[in-house]
Amino acid sequence: MSYPGGYKYTKDHEWIELVDGRGKVGITDYAQQQLGDVVYIELPEVGATLKQGQSFGTIESVKAVSELYAPVGGEVVEVNAALKDKPEAVNADPHGSWMIVVKLANAAEAGALLDATQYQELLK
Amino acid sequence: MEQATVTPLKKTPLNARHRALGAKMVSFGGWDMPVEYSGIVNEHLAVRTRAGLFDVSHMGEIEIAGKDALAAVQRISSNDASKLAVGQAQYSGLLTPQGTFIDDLLVYRLAPAHFLLVVNASHIPKDYAWIAEQIKPAGDAVAVDASARYTLLALQGPQARETLQSLTGVDLADIRYYWFAHGEVAGVRATISRTGYTGEDGFEMFVPPQSAERVWQAVLEAGRTAGVIPCGLGARDTLRLEAAMRLHGNDIDETTTALEADLSWIVGWKKDDFNGAAALREQKAAGVKRKLVGFEMIDRGIARQGYEVYVGERTVPGCRVTSGTQTPYLKKAIGMAYLPAEHSIPETEFDVDIRGRRIRARVVPMPFYKRAK
Repeated sequence: MSYPGGYKYTKDHEWIELVDGRGKVGITDYAQQQLGDVVYIELPEVGATLKQGQSFGTIESVKAVSELYAPVGGEVVEVNAALKDKPEAVNADPHGSWMIVVKLANAAEAGALLDATQYQELLK
Repeated sequence: MEQATVTPLKKTPLNARHRALGAKMVSFGGWDMPVEYSGIVNEHLAVRTRAGLFDVSHMGEIEIAGKDALAAVQRISSNDASKLAVGQAQYSGLLTPQGTFIDDLLVYRLAPAHFLLVVNASHIPKDYAWIAEQIKPAGDAVAVDASARYTLLALQGPQARETLQSLTGVDLADIRYYWFAHGEVAGVRATISRTGYTGEDGFEMFVPPQSAERVWQAVLEAGRTAGVIPCGLGARDTLRLEAAMRLHGNDIDETTTALEADLSWIVGWKKDDFNGAAALREQKAAGVKRKLVGFEMIDRGIARQGYEVYVGERTVPGCRVTSGTQTPYLKKAIGMAYLPAEHSIPETEFDVDIRGRRIRARVVPMPFYKRAK
């Protein structure tokens, strides 16, 4: 699976798609492969405030629990509630299965994230 | 340069085969084992609806033979081996004097004075040393670690019998549950046992390591049209949990007794003496303080091994979740936990501490899953 060039990535294997000061956040194909079958996702409420790098939820596969980390700080303005009942979508379409939308508190934070090429270097 | 101090992982004769199939490999009990090939959920469902083939060669085999072999087995094994006919197997425990589990095992009676014990991979040296020491007073009996002589494959699921029957002259319908027979599978000498760790009908096959690959390939080939697929340790774990089969290291260990684990049926109460007998008889008379129960989550959340449980407003020492997951077939968050005996009755509600949050759960009867006969 390819890594969209328009996304930014974290070392913790989240992606973020930035549009007009807001970012859609999900986990990467590499992350879903490492997890295996995803069976449970716990996401924050709309209105929650996150710091960059802070845990914003958990994702569980049959075997293990992993934390989800915010690529940027800001306010959670949307949550993809459909994933609660269909967590396996993260396996099928990791780069399309967004979890939250964050309204960035500080746009500069996004600058330090990895681009697709840098992220794929990290996976080597 | 950093010195490698880690003992290299042991590999089963099928290791290259697993890698060629694209399996995700993990370290388990000192072995490099496949955890999944096509995904735990897919493999789990294959076993419940068709059949799956597992390499479980990491399991250990210890043989006990000699004129007094039965007496030796009776000392170290909690179940009553005198009830075994030649060709029959039973589940049992290797217990400490306190009645707790050094390991759990299957005992096969190969001949009147020859037994085969199948033990957990990570405990082979410990079990063997313990057994060799414990059987000394039994007279004419020797224990041999024969693990290297066997490769163990498990074919499990509703299509297991038909698939395997096409490869063997042994009439599989004649092998009853927890019995075994000797014969050939795909032209390879094999002991075929109607046992398993999944809650499905199925067979386990002991074959010589040098022929393991041939049998593995033949079974997958024979089962191709029926949808038989290779399955890893991940699905093995979720399948055994749905069937409420205990896992040593999770649900039972050296701190939990056979009675607490609700395994009174593997204790040979009528036997004269065996390791743990006195302690278990005492505990039986006094009543257990805690008991292993099955539970399902009422509120959203998955309980995992080691999570604390709350009964009322308090946690109880020695009471915790021992196994738990979201199960692929039942599609529920289930698990096993030790609870105070007075709270172990089905329908009793309690809380599990899931990473700092108390989530409601309910005691349910075990097993969680029982196949239609």
